[in-house]
Amino acid sequence: MSYYFAIVGTQDNPLFEHEFGSSKQGGDGMSRFSEQARHMNQFIVHSSLDIVEEVQWGTGQMYLKCIDKFFNNYVSCFITGGNIKFLLLHQPTTPVSTASSRSSTSIAANPTSPQTEEAIKSFFIEVYENWVKTIMSPFYRVNMEVSSPTFRQRVAAAGRKYL
Amino acid sequence: MSNLQTSKGSKEQAGLRYPSNGKTIYHRPLNRTRTSELSQASFAYLFSEMVGYASKRIESIQDLEKRLNTQGHPIGLKLLDLLLHREPTRSQLRPLNIIALLHLIKQQVWTSLFGRAADGLEKSSDPSKPDEYMIIDNEPLVNAYISVPKDMSQLSCAAYVAGIVEGVCDGSAFPARVTAHSVGKQQQGGEDGGAGGADGGKEMWPGRTVFLVKFAPEVMEREGFLGKG
Repeated sequence: MSYYFAIVGTQDNPLFEHEFGSSKQGGDGMSRFSEQARHMNQFIVHSSLDIVEEVQWGTGQMYLKCIDKFFNNYVSCFITGGNIKFLLLHQPTTPVSTASSRSSTSIAANPTSPQTEEAIKSFFIEVYENWVKTIMSPFYRVNMEVSSPTFRQRVAAAGRKYL
Repeated sequence: MSNLQTSKGSKEQAGLRYPSNGKTIYHRPLNRTRTSELSQASFAYLFSEMVGYASKRIESIQDLEKRLNTQGHPIGLKLLDLLLHREPTRSQLRPLNIIALLHLIKQQVWTSLFGRAADGLEKSSDPSKPDEYMIIDNEPLVNAYISVPKDMSQLSCAAYVAGIVEGVCDGSAFPARVTAHSVGKQQQGGEDGGAGGADGGKEMWPGRTVFLVKFAPEVMEREGFLGKG
């Protein structure tokens, strides 16, 4: 499974993006997006922002689960108190078919199963903790791009740990 | 957006300097200082400097209050997420309506800033202003050691706290204008902010301050829409 993670600010502006692959089930942590898909990823994630705006007023929860699907791409969302959106696009390596998903229970094969939801939730919560630390910096103003290499390491570590 | 990621690799270490022990803000736990308190004397000293700084080259009292408000605003934005993070997971909910938001401000925000909840929460009694709410503090901590000169009698340094409240409102997508008004010593009717229900206890609390929260029209529109659905 390949993942594309983006943090989007209050003005729908990108603040941070990171691409990684599954580390579970012998994955090497590398993403398998084609060059063309990389451009599509940004487009898909951006287009799901409309749905986020609809869903966010229906529940007070921060984790909004899987909110959008575009062919074989699934978008999960987490929204912070300050209206910053964490968007994770996950793309199973093989398209999910009803026959094969029954045989395998791995996260990679079931993008909408409860186990996957939980794993993504844990990932988001860890990123959120680091996000709060980022905004605690007195030099950070709202909607500033995050360029800290430590933050990127932390996100990558959370991805390795849970996804 | 695409060059956001690629540009990092090449120059990420160039202009960055780490502290000698290698610890960054990411290595500090967020909850260690949760219950620790700050000395009021040092706060009063810093705050008087802030007011002094803000009062340089101002044209009017409004100007000074605007500056204090601007200093408080980012604190509100940051505090909102910090307080939500510190909530237990079960009650980690974003405020969805005005009442939930004001309750969060009255309880959590006030407790974390001043060690106690705010003294009151009221809706404007004027039916023509349904978008106005009031948070009442009988003895604002920020005004404890501030004596306002006679010629600046309209000034309330609690504009700084009003800025924090405004930051919390703006951050949670409830854009609002927040202003602070001292109502303790003023005569009835001298208060133009529609503080209809705030006239009790004037003798007892000379420093009584009302934070008038006026929400933007789109918030009221959404509130009506969500209320129906």
